[in-house]
Amino acid sequence: MDFAFNEDQLELKRQARAWLGERYPLDREWDAAQDDRWAELAELGWLGVSVAEDQGGVGLGFLEEAILLEELGYALYPGPYLGTIGFALAALGPEDRTAVAAGATKWSAEVNGLVPWLGSVDKVVDMDGNAQDARGEELASVDPSRPLGRLERGNGTPLPGRRDVPRARAAMAAEAVGIAQRVLELGIEHAKTREQFGKPIGVYQAVSHQLADTYADVELARSLAYWAAWCVAEDDEQATVAAAAAKAFAAEAAVRACERSIQVHGGTGFTWEHPLHRFYKRALWLEGFGSRPSELRLEVADAVLGVPVGV
Amino acid sequence: MDLRDTQEEAAFRAELRGWLEANLPGERRGGRGGAQRFDDAFGREWSRKLYEAGYAGLTWPKEYGGAGAPYSFQAIFYEEMARAQAPGHVGVIGLGMAGPTIMAHGTDEQKQAHLSKILSAEEIWCQGFSEPGAGSDLAAARTSAERRGDVYVVNGQKVWSSFAHIADFCILVTLSDPDAKRYQGLTYLIVDMHSPGIEVRPLRQITGEAEFNEIFFNDVEVPVSNRLGEEGEGWQVAMTTLLHERGTLGFALTAALDVSVGKLLEVARERGNGDAGARERVAAEWIELQALRYTNYRALGTLQRTGIPGPEGSAIKLRWSEQNQRLTKLGRELLGGDGILDDGWWHHQQLRSRGNTIEAGTSEVLRNIVAERVLGLPRSR
Repeated sequence: MDFAFNEDQLELKRQARAWLGERYPLDREWDAAQDDRWAELAELGWLGVSVAEDQGGVGLGFLEEAILLEELGYALYPGPYLGTIGFALAALGPEDRTAVAAGATKWSAEVNGLVPWLGSVDKVVDMDGNAQDARGEELASVDPSRPLGRLERGNGTPLPGRRDVPRARAAMAAEAVGIAQRVLELGIEHAKTREQFGKPIGVYQAVSHQLADTYADVELARSLAYWAAWCVAEDDEQATVAAAAAKAFAAEAAVRACERSIQVHGGTGFTWEHPLHRFYKRALWLEGFGSRPSELRLEVADAVLGVPVGV
Repeated sequence: MDLRDTQEEAAFRAELRGWLEANLPGERRGGRGGAQRFDDAFGREWSRKLYEAGYAGLTWPKEYGGAGAPYSFQAIFYEEMARAQAPGHVGVIGLGMAGPTIMAHGTDEQKQAHLSKILSAEEIWCQGFSEPGAGSDLAAARTSAERRGDVYVVNGQKVWSSFAHIADFCILVTLSDPDAKRYQGLTYLIVDMHSPGIEVRPLRQITGEAEFNEIFFNDVEVPVSNRLGEEGEGWQVAMTTLLHERGTLGFALTAALDVSVGKLLEVARERGNGDAGARERVAAEWIELQALRYTNYRALGTLQRTGIPGPEGSAIKLRWSEQNQRLTKLGRELLGGDGILDDGWWHHQQLRSRGNTIEAGTSEVLRNIVAERVLGLPRSR
């Protein structure tokens, strides 16, 4: 029993935090088009983490990808890493995987009739597990930095792999943990420095206890997300239930963390200028994309209680 | 990262599971947890058996008679005890709090006198920290210890003391210097509970049972050689005790919760299985249990790598207590009209759970601890 990252994994996390922090700072030009730095991600090896070495990848696994996804959430990274690595990669054959690792193809997947990044990726894994060209109608999304669209289907090309739902959910859970961690830190920083009635507002328990509750939420969400990531990486029999549990819990935790952080920030947190609303919108996106938390809990109920008779 | 048992862990788990199967009488399974008063001889006998089989003091160093096992073995011990619904060792205060405090601050004589007897359940210990006027605010303790030659003369009252009615010794926080600055006038004593002048009265709680006691001290003479640490340094010694209380608590709590969630799943299958709302709420409790379980494992991972419990553990007791309250309500609700009956389990669990957010650190104090020590927010007082 060893539920901790090894030194290489911790180093990857530190590197990702630093690299992303420099390129995607909080004071970036949020409303301008953001560069997804795809070639640089390929250079770093992030696009080939779980692609085999003889296919041009790094030959690691989903745990390392989950580490990156958490950090991409923390930085509110705009590009289709989640779509390519989290949603599509498991369905792809060797040639497509090599192209992904090289940064040559961006992918997404169709889930419940919606395709994230439809306008900016090359290929889409459709609902039947076929590859399609990314074409169709673009729609407004709750998170403008993560657009959605409806696929215009062609004949499609069958793909050798499977649509790996637990993997996609575990990926979203990891990203949600990163979001929650970031807005918790913003809330702490604000509570330490903002003074009212002559004291930093963090001395008031009505404020500090909200942040303590967020901390508890984040740590529990993190535990579930890492558990799910490990199950997916190891193809463990609990992967399905763990990923459903992790996505439901982590997405809700991220939404709550944002809401509490906005409250702790007071009027500042309600402005367009402050980046909190952007994290909030990403959290809402993660909560709503695919299956919502209440649907996921019913799946968990089927797994732990058995499917009800006659329903 | 590997969530499977190592070969050694798997072997230990299998051996313990087999031992419990062979040694735990069926009628002693499925107790109601903390509410046992351990008045009968079984408690000590059972504890003695656990000791003889090598399961007491698993993480204690070998030089003090422990098994010197990694923390993961302690975690497995709690899991398997919960799985078998086995009653715990009656010496939990000695094993988890007094023993480690004596190891850290005790003299050689104190270690010689007590540590092996704590392991073997020859000595049962209780804790004298809370007072009627000092609950969360331990530094406000008023039980006095007045130095007279080779003894301290102790007067005062302690409250919420588990096991005091059967205990042989008490770890006691006293005020030895009422004029000293806050935190500097406290002295930590080991008190023989059979001394003249000690009276123990059961404290009846909202369940109707008396799981805890009040202890009255009336001119009780405690040899100076029974002091742990220096005079006036009782606060630091008490912090060691509380650190150890928190160190192993998470697994014990989660193990108990595992039993309760199991019962909740049973009721849900029997009563509320077609109701999507009920199924969703039951699933939420199962998910929260896994979240606590894996947070324990993460804290354990940090502990095994660094020797210090990880900060993530500080959220566990807070969330555990709130979950236990929530799920006892849900259990009753699933029983529908029969939920009004005292079925001997859910009614008791619901009442008992109200203490969970108060005992071993109120939720308010725990949130302060997280805010100040983990998040680094400014102190609120």
